[in-house]
Amino acid sequence: MVQRAGIDGSGVIGARRANKPPIGKNRRNLWRRVRVSLPYYTLILLPAALLLIFKYYPMYGLQIAFKDYRVTRGFAGSPWVGLKHFTQFLTASSAWNVIRNTLMISAYSLLLGFPAPIILAICLNESPSRKLRKPVQMITYMPYFISTVVLVSMIIQFTDVSGGLVNQMIRGVSGAPINFMGEKRYFRMIYTLTGIWQGAGYSAVIYLAALSGVSPELYDAATVDGAGKFRRILNVDLPSITPTIRILFILNTGGVLTVAFEKIFLMQNSINLSVSEVLSTYVYKIGLQGANFSFSTAADMFKSVIGFAILAAANAACRMISDDGLF
Amino acid sequence: MAAQAARRKRRGIRQTWSDYVFDGSVTLILALSALLVVYPLMYVISSSFSSTSAVMGGRVWLLPVEPSLAAYEAVLQNKQIVTGYINSFIYTALGTLLTLIVTMLAGFCLSRKDFFGRGVFSAMLIFTMLFSGGLIPSYLLMSSLGLLNTVWVMILPGAVSAWFIMLARTYIKSSIPEELFESAGLDGCTVYGMLTHIALPLSGSIMAVIGLYSAVGIWNSYFDAFIYLSDKKMYPLQVVLRNILILNQMDVSVVQDLRDLATRQGMSNLIKYAIIVVSSAPLLVMYPFVQKYFVKGVMVGSLKG
Repeated sequence: MVQRAGIDGSGVIGARRANKPPIGKNRRNLWRRVRVSLPYYTLILLPAALLLIFKYYPMYGLQIAFKDYRVTRGFAGSPWVGLKHFTQFLTASSAWNVIRNTLMISAYSLLLGFPAPIILAICLNESPSRKLRKPVQMITYMPYFISTVVLVSMIIQFTDVSGGLVNQMIRGVSGAPINFMGEKRYFRMIYTLTGIWQGAGYSAVIYLAALSGVSPELYDAATVDGAGKFRRILNVDLPSITPTIRILFILNTGGVLTVAFEKIFLMQNSINLSVSEVLSTYVYKIGLQGANFSFSTAADMFKSVIGFAILAAANAACRMISDDGLF
Repeated sequence: MAAQAARRKRRGIRQTWSDYVFDGSVTLILALSALLVVYPLMYVISSSFSSTSAVMGGRVWLLPVEPSLAAYEAVLQNKQIVTGYINSFIYTALGTLLTLIVTMLAGFCLSRKDFFGRGVFSAMLIFTMLFSGGLIPSYLLMSSLGLLNTVWVMILPGAVSAWFIMLARTYIKSSIPEELFESAGLDGCTVYGMLTHIALPLSGSIMAVIGLYSAVGIWNSYFDAFIYLSDKKMYPLQVVLRNILILNQMDVSVVQDLRDLATRQGMSNLIKYAIIVVSSAPLLVMYPFVQKYFVKGVMVGSLKG
């Protein structure tokens, strides 16, 4: 009862109102707050300058998506052309193939890659012995430290037709060697599975943190009610980490069009290009290699805007289903 | 507890049996995933220490066969790799230092309630998490600032990270009691003093976390260097690796000396394995010692604040 009285709204709000200075003093009050903050402004100078120059100025530069950019005239001086580059991009035959590829790769990553760390985290959490849990967690986290370049070269080495490890194994069970990187139908699978190999241990840590917050009383209650270990995962663990899953899922759907440039670009070859060309590599090739600055900026912006729209839609869907979302 | 145990006993064999299967499959999944991660790494290391013929003949499965250091000799003689190593080291050291300075300055300011303008700065920061100018405008900016092919382009753009700053802010806010700052303020401590005498000394572990994440990120990234650097003498290790490992542009004298194509092919495979080991070694060696900081970073990051 005492606590309730403390939370009771009206009293607190009243107190705040009483503290508010009369309107006439507002300006002087503002000046005092600024003066008190002066040392902070000197400290924040460097971060703020870097933020404005390297993060915000490029955003200002996005206007070239609506302009015909000329190097000599700069961002502001180039002539406006409206939505020319956007219509050009969306009517180009290659664009839709690129968009489709991006969505397909994202779909693979979401369907296969998203559940993997959750399963790993639950298994780690349920591990019967501590002695197993720690080393497995450490080991599965390890590939996170391997650079994309090294990962992709490992893929190429291992799947090599003549002497690669994977094909040696296939040959060991008397199968014909498969040229994994030389056939485009394997591209998405390789991309997704190696992504899980590298990222599952890292992503599992977040879920583990959420799982460690589950109250042991819930487990006890479930046990008393006759739930076996598997039931406890379904009825205690999963509901407890649902908020974490939801947030990460929404964030992941927001990134479906922003497939990582680094790995895809490294994995691309002339054979798989028809399935491996995604928006980010397309923007790079058209923009920097082909010097079509405005056109590729438009394509890039299309990517960001649609990505944000998908994120908002996923958020709305989550809100509808579970009354809770990211924002 | 006793009641629970008794209940379990009463339920009898069925419960125990299903739990047994459950524990077994969990152990199996864990062991399998550890094996799946370790084996490829082990294979790379073993291959790099084996002889050419053993690797080509497919005789390496787990441990090195006919141990030799030939591949490593070739790698260490390669000037590109050595230069790349030195460059990467410089970029990583400077980049991490600047990132830490910027992150702690901003994180400290954002954690203070009497900093007027905190909300605006924080909103501007978070907005960069959702939206960015993208590749082309960034490239045009670097180019017009004359930063292409300089050390700065590898260090400055990545120094402001919204995620790191939020991490630092949350840490300072939640782990350093406000009373400490208040009493220091009453004793005449300035804002600068609060930063250098209170916030920084008490933020050792979050600085370790951020420093490590930043260092790993810079060491492993190749995109920025790939876009902004065209001078071969400036290439960091990852770009050199890409040229050798993926584009097969190897100019290792050892390979040219070998006469027949098969041995040459074998040696270049061997060298690739050795390069993979050499380039990943710094991170993988330090990993067991700093592992707890990484996990901690994720934990602090997952707190809402």
